[in-house]
Amino acid sequence: MESAEYRSSLIELVYQLADDDFILSYRGSEWLGLAPHIEEDVAFSSISQDLMGHAALYYSLLEELGEGDADELTHARSPEKFRNAVLMELPNGPGSYLEEPNYDWAFTVVRNYFYTLAKKVRLHSIKEHSYETLQQIVQKISIEMSYHLMHWETWFDQLMNSTPEARRRMTEAIDVVLKEMKGVFSYGDDGEKIVHLSLIESEEILTRRWKAILSEKVDHPLEIEMSSLNGRNGKHTDHLERALSTLSEVYQSVPSAEW
Amino acid sequence: MEAVYQQNIDHFMDRINNGEKIEADDWMPDDYREALIRLISMHGISEIMGALPEKEWVPKAPTLHRKLAIMAKVQDEMGHGQLLLRVAEDLMAPLGKNRDDIMKDLFSGRLKFHNVFHMEAPTWGDAGIIAWLVDGAAIISQTMMLGTSYGPYGRALKRICAEEVFHAQHGESIIMALAEGTEEQRELLQDALNRWWTSLLMFFGPKSKNETGHSNQDKNMQYKLRTKTNEQLRQEFLTKYVPRIWSLGLTIPDPTLRFDEEKSEWEYADPDWSEFKKIVTGNGPKSKERLALRVRSYEMNSWVREALGKRPQHI
Repeated sequence: MESAEYRSSLIELVYQLADDDFILSYRGSEWLGLAPHIEEDVAFSSISQDLMGHAALYYSLLEELGEGDADELTHARSPEKFRNAVLMELPNGPGSYLEEPNYDWAFTVVRNYFYTLAKKVRLHSIKEHSYETLQQIVQKISIEMSYHLMHWETWFDQLMNSTPEARRRMTEAIDVVLKEMKGVFSYGDDGEKIVHLSLIESEEILTRRWKAILSEKVDHPLEIEMSSLNGRNGKHTDHLERALSTLSEVYQSVPSAEW
Repeated sequence: MEAVYQQNIDHFMDRINNGEKIEADDWMPDDYREALIRLISMHGISEIMGALPEKEWVPKAPTLHRKLAIMAKVQDEMGHGQLLLRVAEDLMAPLGKNRDDIMKDLFSGRLKFHNVFHMEAPTWGDAGIIAWLVDGAAIISQTMMLGTSYGPYGRALKRICAEEVFHAQHGESIIMALAEGTEEQRELLQDALNRWWTSLLMFFGPKSKNETGHSNQDKNMQYKLRTKTNEQLRQEFLTKYVPRIWSLGLTIPDPTLRFDEEKSEWEYADPDWSEFKKIVTGNGPKSKERLALRVRSYEMNSWVREALGKRPQHI
């Protein structure tokens, strides 16, 4: 491996990729059994499973890079060490996944569609030029990702072009997601180094590509913001802490045990 | 008229007795169709309701590997539910009914789901027991149904059984890790087994109609929808799993359990069948909450179904 700087920037970027998929997979799994129809339950749970698989690939790279055991990274890391964008940690709606869920399918469709499109742009840039092992992982992930994109795009188109109520809900959801979308493109405080070392292209370039694709479809101003915190710098809402305590409940219940 | 019907019936029974498979568009007696709809929609909806107790453990599974495995398993169960409901829908179509009717029957309590999915699953040990023993029990009863006289059901079951084997292996692997683990983990496992034992015996249903006052067993056997009795299946389950449970050093919470060499069958404490009846009629420990989740999902997504062009439903 090249310099220590290269290594630490690479690790930083991989955490961002891994944690986005890991947390969004969790949000997806909360929908299990609650999706609009059974066919969607089957498809959505398959996507969540894929996302968990993608996260696992990234975590295994982090393991190789000396960051420690992948299970520890996912089940014993404190919230301020997570690098996911805040968009991923926002809840699906009021209530919990076990009690009184009042989940918002429009928000879920928009979050997943906008994120998956950003993921596509991101992975494409890495495929062009980056650390070789990361490129190999991204190559594998891209195939499944393109199916996910088709899935969410179909939902997006259907709901945008149906009843007035659906359109209203979708438009509201678009506004909510755009308010955090800048955080998805951010690489955090060390972003310049990541870009300078050619691990991925700049936030601006990726954002521009994302907007170019989306503006063909969405008749809505695509001003993106980061209204709360920058998750790439380890700043998170309380929602992340609650999500992580659920994700690690069993792991933490008997420390040092094999499961 | 009567004579034609009798001819149809005779021909139908001949086909069944010759081992032919009945297909969706073939002539069938009304009570055959009804028995199939009851059986398959209950099976399908049980797969779907069965995802709910496991759902509790999907995010909580203790490692990345376990998370991936349980996600795959629950996704399979949903897929089985979908597959079976499709088979049931084809049978219901001539009666002018569809999936919405299945859902409405579920919500109103007319359509029952398996006793095991009314029960609590409070620990990771329960997730292991469900995957190992509940799925193990399901494999035994579904394997018996593979030879069913209704072709579409048999084909769906073939695919389902293949996947269930992976689930049981996933369960066994969770169980092994707990059994070989720390004291706390072993306790977790023993507690879960204690909680599930009676439900597992109940899984196969009562021995005869004496216990619950009615039984569809006889008719289902005559129509070759099934080939073994509830008790035969339960005995198979005990033969397969009791030695394995013992070999892990676990205690089965039934001091009377033993294999009677002379009769060549297991003796066990018969579960309280009035309790069983209470559970499957929607009065189990988790019946109301799980059903409420399902109803909640139906209601909170009603605008989505409407947007997809389906008739809006009001339950």
